[in-house]
Amino acid sequence: MDNITENILELHDVETFIGQYHILFGVNITVRKGSATVLLGRNGGGKTTTLETISGLRPPFAGTILLDGKDIAGLPAYEIIQSGVGYVPEDRDIFSDLTIEENLLISSRKGNDYDKRLELVFELFPDMKKYFKKKSRILSGGQAQMLSISRALINDNKLILIDEPSKGLAPILIRELIDRINIIKKDNTVLLVEQNWEMATSVGDYFYIVQDGMTVFECTKEELLADDTIKQKYLGV
Amino acid sequence: MSILIQIIIYGLSLGMLYFLLSSGFSLIFGLMGVLNFAHGSMFMWGCYLGYILSLSTGSFLFGIIGAAVCIGVMGLVMEKWLIQPLRGNQLRQILLTFGLIYVLEELAKVIFGTRAYMQFPPEWLSGSAHIFSETVPQYRLFMIFAGVIVFLLMTLLLKKTKLGMIIRAGTDKPRMVQAIGINVARIFSITFALGCALAGLGGAIATPFLGAYPTIDMEQVFNAIAVVIIGGVGSFTGAFYASVILGFISYITSYFVPELSMASTLLAMLVVVMIRPNGLFGGKTSEN
Ligand SMILES: Nc1ncnc2c1ncn2[C@@H]1O[C@H](COP(=O)(O)OP(=O)(O)OP(=O)(O)O)[C@@H](O)[C@H]1O
Ligand SMILES: [Mg+2]
Repeated sequence: MDNITENILELHDVETFIGQYHILFGVNITVRKGSATVLLGRNGGGKTTTLETISGLRPPFAGTILLDGKDIAGLPAYEIIQSGVGYVPEDRDIFSDLTIEENLLISSRKGNDYDKRLELVFELFPDMKKYFKKKSRILSGGQAQMLSISRALINDNKLILIDEPSKGLAPILIRELIDRINIIKKDNTVLLVEQNWEMATSVGDYFYIVQDGMTVFECTKEELLADDTIKQKYLGV
Repeated sequence: MSILIQIIIYGLSLGMLYFLLSSGFSLIFGLMGVLNFAHGSMFMWGCYLGYILSLSTGSFLFGIIGAAVCIGVMGLVMEKWLIQPLRGNQLRQILLTFGLIYVLEELAKVIFGTRAYMQFPPEWLSGSAHIFSETVPQYRLFMIFAGVIVFLLMTLLLKKTKLGMIIRAGTDKPRMVQAIGINVARIFSITFALGCALAGLGGAIATPFLGAYPTIDMEQVFNAIAVVIIGGVGSFTGAFYASVILGFISYITSYFVPELSMASTLLAMLVVVMIRPNGLFGGKTSEN
């Protein structure tokens, strides 16, 4: 029984197709409650596909996905999200024709304490307050990323999936984002895909390496930092 | 002066008709990517239903609202049983809606025959009004009024309600709408039904002035496509202004050179496509 409360998410031998292409061959991940788990791996390894599979955007072909002990494999995306998952996609995908406020409003789910969560978002990202009534198309890349994260934070989620938040951002913005995600981490369970070494290691507690559609290695932060061969073998750095 | 007022009133009323016809077509295409060729058929059925319902109940208003509701339900059924199963396959959806034109037209011919039904405006709208000493039919003013009211209500819906925000968000990024926990299939159904209801309303309002007959579907779907091309895909405001522009163009050409009525619409489309390929109000959505 302990297992059910301790692990927010478990993936067992998950396989996923994109159209006719077999992309994931066997993904096994455990995300412990309150932790930050990071998926590492070279481009095209299947990290994004893994997050899309968890969120229901790409239902798996085989395997089990337990969210808080309940098998969610095959459920439609909206049901999975509604059961307590926040999703921050790789390309931010903010609704550019909507204002910041509208982006957050439609993301807020039933039974949510919107005003309270909004305050939290404003505290973390003051820019969201500053541009609240403005169309989100005017936001810079960094601000768009913050909005994308805010959309997930506007609900009290069991799990937040974040896909390469540092992508395309200047180093100084990445550092700021690291700070923010570390604050978010305190009250949330996070599954992060990240190739930026600094972000990955300063946020993550547990690490998985995804390669050719499989999780090929897992370790703790200490193990990752202690052993340079992991970096060389799997990440080519 | 008198020609000017005439052009304004007649062009605008025609434009409002195009707007009722095409705003739903544009919304559906923008959100769902479904090019509903049977949209003109919805309009045609709106014509017949508006006629029958007003005649049988004796209330013109009941007739047009009833037609809108019936066509909305028809759209709901069509979306659920025909469009939804083909989701993600645009070519099949196009073939399907194209085929539906013939099915719905033949069905109308079986029930109503091939003749045109003329309907008189209700008594309270059959007189004339005076604008700057110019006499214009009251019904024309009613058409303008109805179009403007629908435009305002729809604008309110799209800008101020959560449903409207979701429709706008989905027109931009349909996949992401699911990823914030929204049942996009339901939004699609509602939008499709709403778009069809507007076409039905347009048809019912058009009957006292165009009549109800079986080939009106093709004529009107052509206009709907023209509006989307001129106004820009999925842009509601674009559909409104494009409809007004098209209304004026149609009326002016039919006034001076009736033979060129259809050619002028084609020409307008061509000019817009050459100058602004995304339409006058299109291309404002995000870059990616
Ligand atoms: N729509 C698609 N059709 C076919 N193959 C795809 C599609 N999307 C992704 N792939 C393939 O699936 C594999 C995994 O892609 P995925 O985006 O999950 O990798 P990733 O680890 O997130 O890569 P990156 O670090 O570049 O973001 C890649 O080989 C990619 O080419
Ligand atoms: Mg990726």
